[in-house]
Amino acid sequence: MSDLLTLSAVETHIGRYHILHGVELAVPEGRTTMLLGRNGAGKTTTLRTIMGLWRASRGEIRLGQKRIEALATPDIARAGIGYVPETMAVFSDLTVRENLVLAAREGAMDQARLDWIFGFFPPLKKFWLSRAGTLSGGQKQMLSFARAFIEERKLLLIDEPTKGLAPAIIGALIDCLKEVKRRGATILLVEQNFRVAQEIGDLVGVMDNGRVVHSGTMAELAADAMLQHRLLGLSLDTHQ
Amino acid sequence: MSAQDGATDAGAALPKAQADFLPLLLPLLVAIAGYLGMWCQSFPQLPSSSTWVTLTIAGLAMGMMIFIMASGLTLIFGLMDVLNFGHGAFIAIGAYLATLVLLPLGGWMQADSIWLNLAAVVPAVIVAMAGTAVLGLAFERVVIAPVYGQHLKQILITMGGMIVAEQILYALFGPQQIPLPLPTSLRGSFQIGEAAIEKYRVVCVVAGLVVFLSMLAILNRTRIGLLIRAGVENTEMVEALGYRITRLFVGVFMAGSALAGLGGVMWGLYREQVNAAMGGELLVLVFIVVIIGGLGSVTGCFIGALLVALATNYAGFLVPKLALVTDIALMVAVLLWRPRGLYPVTSR
Repeated sequence: MSDLLTLSAVETHIGRYHILHGVELAVPEGRTTMLLGRNGAGKTTTLRTIMGLWRASRGEIRLGQKRIEALATPDIARAGIGYVPETMAVFSDLTVRENLVLAAREGAMDQARLDWIFGFFPPLKKFWLSRAGTLSGGQKQMLSFARAFIEERKLLLIDEPTKGLAPAIIGALIDCLKEVKRRGATILLVEQNFRVAQEIGDLVGVMDNGRVVHSGTMAELAADAMLQHRLLGLSLDTHQ
Repeated sequence: MSAQDGATDAGAALPKAQADFLPLLLPLLVAIAGYLGMWCQSFPQLPSSSTWVTLTIAGLAMGMMIFIMASGLTLIFGLMDVLNFGHGAFIAIGAYLATLVLLPLGGWMQADSIWLNLAAVVPAVIVAMAGTAVLGLAFERVVIAPVYGQHLKQILITMGGMIVAEQILYALFGPQQIPLPLPTSLRGSFQIGEAAIEKYRVVCVVAGLVVFLSMLAILNRTRIGLLIRAGVENTEMVEALGYRITRLFVGVFMAGSALAGLGGVMWGLYREQVNAAMGGELLVLVFIVVIIGGLGSVTGCFIGALLVALATNYAGFLVPKLALVTDIALMVAVLLWRPRGLYPVTSR
């Protein structure tokens, strides 16, 4: 299967800080790639650099055959990338409906797709006309997901979707991601919760100190407690 | 599995958006306080209702003009995070551009025909708004663009821009006040009961309401409006959804400058004169209104403008010296109640 997204020797500076030190990563089409690593390893910076929210100071980022590292963020988004940031970043002054209207760039929202989203996230239908700022943390994450899924995207970048959420919400998000996967989406997902990563991921990249220090299959990492301990400083057993 | 977080029945009637109506009552409370203040002064007799009506209409008219000037600034700050102290320059330039049209058409202004009056005023307003919009575009590209995200530099450079604009007006038009008489059809007043209501004040109230309702319609009913509201809150996420916020910035800056120009024309006609310093004089008032409203909120700005104008008018009548500090005192009181303004929009 061909790679939809490739990062080659990507370096990123934020102010005077050198955060990414030559990231090498390939995200195959139709697969879910998990980006794991300790806090501060550079996972969020990698996603933000792909989106153009922080500029790559060196290296190459390709979406398919197209180089995107020099493009402006709106052009990167229009090239077919959906982004769910760590902060969710819903527009709290706008209603749930208005948030989704903006996310549906091509025009009117597809009702069938909307019903599909409501199937996973009923609160979005219930609070359709409520301001997003009044939603709970879990509901905001649902809205953030819905914004990324309201139209077909080539690639989905999702940053720590389960952080700080209740188990019931995490379950709904996992179910939704599995269905999105089943439909053939390509996903690059940052996740701290190894159990979630194991459940969703096909492939894995582990980051440390601004580099990808391990690439392989999720099954391989999940089966090797020593590798987990060496790469992530954790044991799967203790995190289940 | 579906998340039922807070939702037990997905098919239940959809709830309406929550609304915060409390600030909307404030202008009414100030008007009542004004009436009670007048009653205290005339106690035990009831105060003259015609005086109260006149003061209230004058306050509303002044508030609408301030709102028109301030609405652009609140959007510019909310969306672009730009502290534009040069906003006052567009107020003065708008007024001067109007004089360039109206003074040669003095005959039409003084004619008894409302159509001739309009034939002079409408082009003046169009020239003032178009001129300030184009100057706003140049100002944003040349002065503001290099200092995005740098508040201290924004304050210095936009303040400098205003001083330069003011001095250019002095150089071109001289230091003297330039008369800008009202057209004949807008002179005089209506008599309602014992209250005399100036025609021009009614025009100001109507114009302010039209601008306010138009802005609300654009912000709430159009995709551009949604983008502006979303951009006020999180420009980065708007871009990540695929929208070029820079173009929106420029458009909003031009619209904000044009509104300042319109406010300048209306203020010039209200005072029946223009001078180069008028922008700087009004700028403090405009900033107070924007802060009271909650940075970035058009509705907050509207209520803030009405509050300031009504309170200043009543105070000016009851205790003239108090009128000098009414706007500051009002801002302090509002910020003690709601530290981020009446309707805070941004997290800044």
